[in-house]
Amino acid sequence: MNGVLPKIRFRDPQIEMSHGAGGKASRRLVEGLFAPLLFGDSTEPLGDAAHLIVDGARIAMTADSFVVKPLRFPGGSIGELAVNGTVNDLAVSGARAQALVVTYVLEAGLPSEILEAEVRAMAKAAACASVVIAGGDTKVVEHGKADSMYITTAGIGRPIPGINIAAASVRPGDKVLLSGPIGDHGITILLARGELELEADALCSDTRSVLPLIEAMAGVAAPGIRWLRDPTRGGVATSLNELARDCGLGVMLWEDAVPVRDVVRGACELLGLDPLHIANEGQFIAVIAPEYADAALQALRQSPGGSEAVIVGEMREEPSGTLLGTNGYGGVRAIDMLVGDPLPRIC
Amino acid sequence: MCLAIPAKVIELFPGERNRAMVEVTGVRRHIDIGLLEDDPPVKGDWVLVHVGFAMSKISEEQALDQLNTLIMLGENEAALEEVQGYGLGETSSGT
Amino acid sequence: MKFVDEFRDAAVITKAADEIRRLADPGRQYRFMEVCGGHTHAIYRFGLKDLLPANIELVHGPGCPVCVLPMGRIDDGLSMARDPNVIFCAFGDMMRVPGAQGSPLEHKARGMDVRIVYSPSDALNLARKNPDRHVMFFAIGFETTAPSTALVLMRAKALGIQNFSVFSNHVTIIPAIRAILDSPDMRIDAFIGPGHVSTVIGCRPYEWIAKNEGRPIVVTGFEPADILQSIVMLLHQIRAREAKVENQYKRVVPWEGNHAALKAMAEVFELRPYFEWRGMGFISQSALRIRDSYAQWDAEQRFETPGVRVTDPKAAQCGEVLKGVLRPAQCKLFGKECTPERPVGALMVSSEGSCAAYYNYEHRKHSVLTTIGA
Repeated sequence: MNGVLPKIRFRDPQIEMSHGAGGKASRRLVEGLFAPLLFGDSTEPLGDAAHLIVDGARIAMTADSFVVKPLRFPGGSIGELAVNGTVNDLAVSGARAQALVVTYVLEAGLPSEILEAEVRAMAKAAACASVVIAGGDTKVVEHGKADSMYITTAGIGRPIPGINIAAASVRPGDKVLLSGPIGDHGITILLARGELELEADALCSDTRSVLPLIEAMAGVAAPGIRWLRDPTRGGVATSLNELARDCGLGVMLWEDAVPVRDVVRGACELLGLDPLHIANEGQFIAVIAPEYADAALQALRQSPGGSEAVIVGEMREEPSGTLLGTNGYGGVRAIDMLVGDPLPRIC
Repeated sequence: MCLAIPAKVIELFPGERNRAMVEVTGVRRHIDIGLLEDDPPVKGDWVLVHVGFAMSKISEEQALDQLNTLIMLGENEAALEEVQGYGLGETSSGT
Repeated sequence: MKFVDEFRDAAVITKAADEIRRLADPGRQYRFMEVCGGHTHAIYRFGLKDLLPANIELVHGPGCPVCVLPMGRIDDGLSMARDPNVIFCAFGDMMRVPGAQGSPLEHKARGMDVRIVYSPSDALNLARKNPDRHVMFFAIGFETTAPSTALVLMRAKALGIQNFSVFSNHVTIIPAIRAILDSPDMRIDAFIGPGHVSTVIGCRPYEWIAKNEGRPIVVTGFEPADILQSIVMLLHQIRAREAKVENQYKRVVPWEGNHAALKAMAEVFELRPYFEWRGMGFISQSALRIRDSYAQWDAEQRFETPGVRVTDPKAAQCGEVLKGVLRPAQCKLFGKECTPERPVGALMVSSEGSCAAYYNYEHRKHSVLTTIGA
C-alpha cells in the first residue's frame, strides 16, 4: 500500500498553462514524462529536494524557477519568492539551506531599476534567511520572450539533525499541522494583476522562510516529524492529496479548523474559489506522530510567526489515497487536487 | 446562474447613479446597481451581487425571521408531544 | 461573513437535519430534484447528502447553463475569435469547456486572445480601453445573468461603442423544468426551486408546476440551512398532500421578481423559436436572442459562424444525467474516459455540473462516515 505509485502516462499533445499550475496536469507531466526519462526506475515518491551522499557527506539539493506577474506585489516580489521558495523547499525536505546560486533570464527592454530592485530584494531575503548567494548566471532574451524576468535557483543545504522525512513512515492517527492562514499569496497575486477589479486592504503575500519554525519544531519533536510540505501552487488540497497518494492512507481535514483570513475568504467567495486550492509562499504542513503533536504545536505557537499554527486534521487508514474534509455538522466531502489554474466562476 | 454573494454598499457616486462600491469582509469592488433602479440601495444596505451587478436587496428582517424559524424547528412538535404524554386535554385522535 | 455564516451554523443545520428525519416517512422513497447547478454544487460541497435519511434522494436537474450548451455553440464562439483583432471574453466557467478543437483555454495556449471576465461590464470596459480591437463577449446563463448582459448592451448602445458584441447563449429555466416533467422516464416528487433565477423572474412562473403537475416547489437559497429548510418545507407539503409554490429564500427573492431586470431583458432580448439543449434536444421558446434593434452588437449578426451541430460521442450519456435519469456514476465514461482533467461532456467541466461535483466531492468517499469526529 505504501509508496507504490501507479504508472502515469503523459500523452498531452501540447503544453498548456495547467501543466504549470501545480495540480493534476503538473503531476502528469512530472511523473509521466520527466520522471521515467530522467530518474530511471526509482519508485521513490518525488519531492522537491533531493538528499544525496557526496563523499560521505549528506547534502540536500533543490532547484526551482520563479515566474510571476506582476513582479512586485504587496508583501514581496519575485526576488523574495526566489530566495524564500528555495530555502523552504530545502526546509520541508528536512534540510537547512546553506547556499543558493541564481540565474536570471531577462527580457530586453527591462528597465535596469526594476532589475536592481529585485537584486536588492534577493540580497535582503538571503540575509534574513541566513543563506549565501554564491553565484549565478544571466541570459537576455528578446523583448516579449520572458515576461520581464524569470529567475531560477538551485540551493544546497545540510540535513537538520534528527529529522527523517518519508511518506512511508506516516501512520494512521498521525496529526496534520498547518503553520498559519492559507490563501494570502495566491489571492494577493490575483488582486495585484488588476483584471478582476477587486481591492483589498491589509492583504499581502505571506512569503517568508519557514526554516526557523521547522527548526523550532525539530527542537522538541524531531523523532515525530513524519512528513513536511510547503503548499505552494495547487494549495493545501493538492499537497494533502499528494501525501495521501504517496503514503497510501487517507487524510481527514477538519475544515472549520483551517485558518483563512476574512479578506481571503471574502475574495474566494466572491470569485467562487476554494482557499484550499490557492497558493501559499510562507506556510507548511507537517505530519507529526500523535505523541509529539502537542509539543510541536506549542513550539510553533511560541515562535515568531507561528502563533496561528493549528492542528487541522489527522491520518486515517481509509479511504486510501484520498483527502476528505468534514465540517461542524458532520457533512463530508472528498477534496481533490487542483486540475488547472483556479478559475473564477459565476455559476 | 447561481454564484451570488451578499455584500454591503459602502459608497455611492452622486454623478453616476448606476455605480456603487460594495464590500465583502474587506474585499471591495465596484458594481452596477442599474437593476435596482426602482428602489436604489443606500449606503449601509446589503445587496446580492452576481457578475458585478446587484440583483436584489437583502432583508435583514427576513433573514432573522428565517433563522428564528430554523432554531424553533422541532420545538413546537416536541412541546406538543410532551403535553400529549401528560394525557391532559384533547389531543387530535386519529387523523 | 454576514448573511452567509449564520446559514452555515452547525447547530441550525443539525436541527434542520433532525427535523427532516422526523418528518420523512420511513415507508416511502422521496425523489426531490434540485433544478439549479448551484444547488448541486452546494449539496456536494457541504456534504448535505450525509445528513439526509436514505429514503430521500436528491436528483440533479439541468440548471447548469454551461452543461446544456451544445459543443457546436462553443465552436461558433471560438470561430469568431480566430481573427487576431478579436478579443474573446467569457466567464471562468467557460474556459475549460471542450469544443471540437479544444477549449477556450487551449485556444489561448495556441495564441488566441482569450480573457476571463468576472462581469459583462468588464468586457465592455475592455472594448473601451482597446478601441482598435473588437471585443466579443460569450454570454451564458439563465435569467439570473441575462439582465446584466442586457444592461451592458443598453449601455454599449447609449455610448455608441462600436467595437463590442455579444454572442448570446442565454437560456430560460421554465422550459427546462417542463422538459423534465414531460420526460417519460422521470419520477420527481417535488422541486428544490432555483433561488437566484427567482430574484429576477419571481415565484409566479412556477405556479403551473404545483397547480397543473401537482408537485410542490420551494424557491431555495444556497447555504446549507437554506437547502435543508427547503426539504423540511417540501416534506410538510407532501405530508399535508399539498402542492404549492413556497418561497424559502425570502430575504432575497421578491414574489413578483425584479421589474427593472425583466424590463431590461425585454428591451434587448426576444425568445428564439427553438434552441438546442445538450442532451435534451430542441426545446421551443427556451433561449434568448438579441433583438434586431441591437443587431450591431449581436455577434451572430456581425460574424459568420459555421453553425455546425456537433453531436456528443455516442457513449457519453450527458443527456440522461442532465435529466436526472442516470446518476453520474452510471454513465459508462464516468471516471474513466471522462474526468475533470479530460472532460468529454460539459457536466464534467463545469464546477456545478453533476458529474464534476460528484467526482470532486463524493465518489471517493467510500464508507468512512461512521468514523467522523472532530
